[in-house]
Amino acid sequence: MSKAKVATIWLDGCSGCHMSFLDLDERLIELSEKMDLVYSPLVDFKEFPEDVDVTLVEGSVSNEGDLHKILQVRERSRILVSLGDCAVTGNVPGMRNAIGVEPLFTRAYNQNVTLHPQKPHGAVPALLDTVKPVHQVVPVDVIVAGCPPSASTIYYVVSELLAGRLPELETHTRFGA
Amino acid sequence: MSKTVTIDPVTRIEGHAKITIMMNDDGTVDEARLHITQFRGFERICEGRPFYEMPSLMARICGICPVSHLVASAKACDALLAVAVPETGARLRRIMNLAQIVQSHSLSFFHLSAPDLLLGMDASPASRNIMALVSSHPQAAKDGIALRRFGQHIIELLGGKRIHPAWIVPGGVSAPLTQEHRDEILATIPEAMEAVQRTLAWFKPSLKKFREEIGVFANFPTLLMGLVTPSGDLEHYDGRLRFAKPDGTPRMEDVAPERFNEFIGEAVEDWTYLKFPYFLQDGYPDGIYRVGPLARLNMVGRCGTPLADAELEEYRQLSVEERMSSFHYHWARLIEVLYGIERIKEIVSDPDILDTHVRAHAEPNRSEGIGVSEAPRGTLMHHYKIDENGLITWSNLIIATGHNNLAMNKGITQAAKHYISGFDIPEPLLNRVEAVIRTYDPCLSCSTHAFGQMPIRMQMVDSKGMVVKEVSRQ
Ligand code: SF4
Repeated sequence: MSKAKVATIWLDGCSGCHMSFLDLDERLIELSEKMDLVYSPLVDFKEFPEDVDVTLVEGSVSNEGDLHKILQVRERSRILVSLGDCAVTGNVPGMRNAIGVEPLFTRAYNQNVTLHPQKPHGAVPALLDTVKPVHQVVPVDVIVAGCPPSASTIYYVVSELLAGRLPELETHTRFGA
Repeated sequence: MSKTVTIDPVTRIEGHAKITIMMNDDGTVDEARLHITQFRGFERICEGRPFYEMPSLMARICGICPVSHLVASAKACDALLAVAVPETGARLRRIMNLAQIVQSHSLSFFHLSAPDLLLGMDASPASRNIMALVSSHPQAAKDGIALRRFGQHIIELLGGKRIHPAWIVPGGVSAPLTQEHRDEILATIPEAMEAVQRTLAWFKPSLKKFREEIGVFANFPTLLMGLVTPSGDLEHYDGRLRFAKPDGTPRMEDVAPERFNEFIGEAVEDWTYLKFPYFLQDGYPDGIYRVGPLARLNMVGRCGTPLADAELEEYRQLSVEERMSSFHYHWARLIEVLYGIERIKEIVSDPDILDTHVRAHAEPNRSEGIGVSEAPRGTLMHHYKIDENGLITWSNLIIATGHNNLAMNKGITQAAKHYISGFDIPEPLLNRVEAVIRTYDPCLSCSTHAFGQMPIRMQMVDSKGMVVKEVSRQ
């Protein structure tokens, strides 16, 4: 049997959901027999492949780069998993929605500055007006809450998906915690 | 290694970081820039929140080193309460902080850098990751997984959760250590100790393969900064703030860390979201300095644990000039892993560690608080102001990776100048430029956003600002 192609991406998150994936520890070795990690911050491929079986998405959609990326990733993934509260609800990145973009820049790049107060622009992607959870931008197949979801939850989700089943998440996840 | 070379201008920005190489007309490199492309605005989004939420909220800056933010944030809150944390509470915080240094350094060394170190910088991209190391170098991969697990497991035993435990709170920690968990921690020490010693044994002799890289990977003198004990030894939780000269001798008298504002300024460039802290006395950009394991080990008197001190002595056989190469961050990281394991064992072995008085309770007594600690990547500063209801009115954060921003940019410029001549980007440069940045183990989730092995895209720009070449690796 050929190995499943799995990808992970991070949009606007803290990388904690990826770290929870690494918390699989020795189970990573076991999984590496069933799947190939074809794209991820943890491996060295720079282009997202065309035909991915399962993609785990950490983080919310916050800037132009995130938006571009999630559209491409959705197109190229059979199953898209929103992994963690940032992807599922907007969570901490979404806290800025009540404030707006400009005050964030003013605090960081005008007030808390000694020299050259100015707003970075041009060579860096612009922030979207509001942070969105992934499912508000593209259809999502599986939603896994948690900040982050535990390694065991991630293991269960990936194993079920690799076995061709949809995971039953009611008893495995809760928001926050 | 396959790569695509295009001469199209970049029409969109992709990924979390990119590099621009600015060329002179004669085909020599003028300057290289690291652009950090994510921004989240934590300094503002916390405004109006109750101060006691800050540790949990600020931990969400980074899932790689959430404990560092818990510690610095809780210390800032201790200052708002104006309480002294009970001794056992402080020592429990120390254990968690060290456990995190062990796990985070292991992630950096094994999961992200070991493929380059074991296979060489020119190995195929497909082989350059931890999953592939499982088959090509099983022992190293297992040791990496085991050392990371060691740290994460201790964090879980103490705080109930591996990532974003809510256990470090204003005034101390929320629950004492049980005897059962203490014994479990002690039982894991020997395996971790063996793993790091096995790693040092293969890593040190391998350094001779990287002479060229050591020579040009951000190899230049800079000031160093970090916390030290009152007697000038290695310290990650408390202590005094030291600015040191390249040879490690103090540049000025060590100061209370709460005074950091008197010595550090922050500058902005419009091409990156990451600010540039600098040493005020030397101005910008001359006030370049480095933080993190390399800086710490270059400027402390000793580590203070026997095995780490023996390793430090061996490391110090290098000349001062050699110790200025950021390549040696890797070595420094391994010595700190060893130190962390030794120190955890020492603290946990003291029977007082089971004391149940671990938290001081108070209402806020001050309107302003500063917390400083050493994160795996360097000194972390949280500074808060609150109103009479305990709601945050303002905050400023200086994150470990930020301190290294000037040095990272200067480092990639040095590597680019060495490897590039003419308007061709030679193939070996791509991974090496990434590898220069990787030595710093920059935690861009902390500064702005996450990156491990970034989707790198390099642009070459001529003196008129026109893009002449773009390279990305797939
Ligand atoms: S859900 Fe939590 S752990 Fe995951 S990226 Fe968001 S803040 Fe980090």
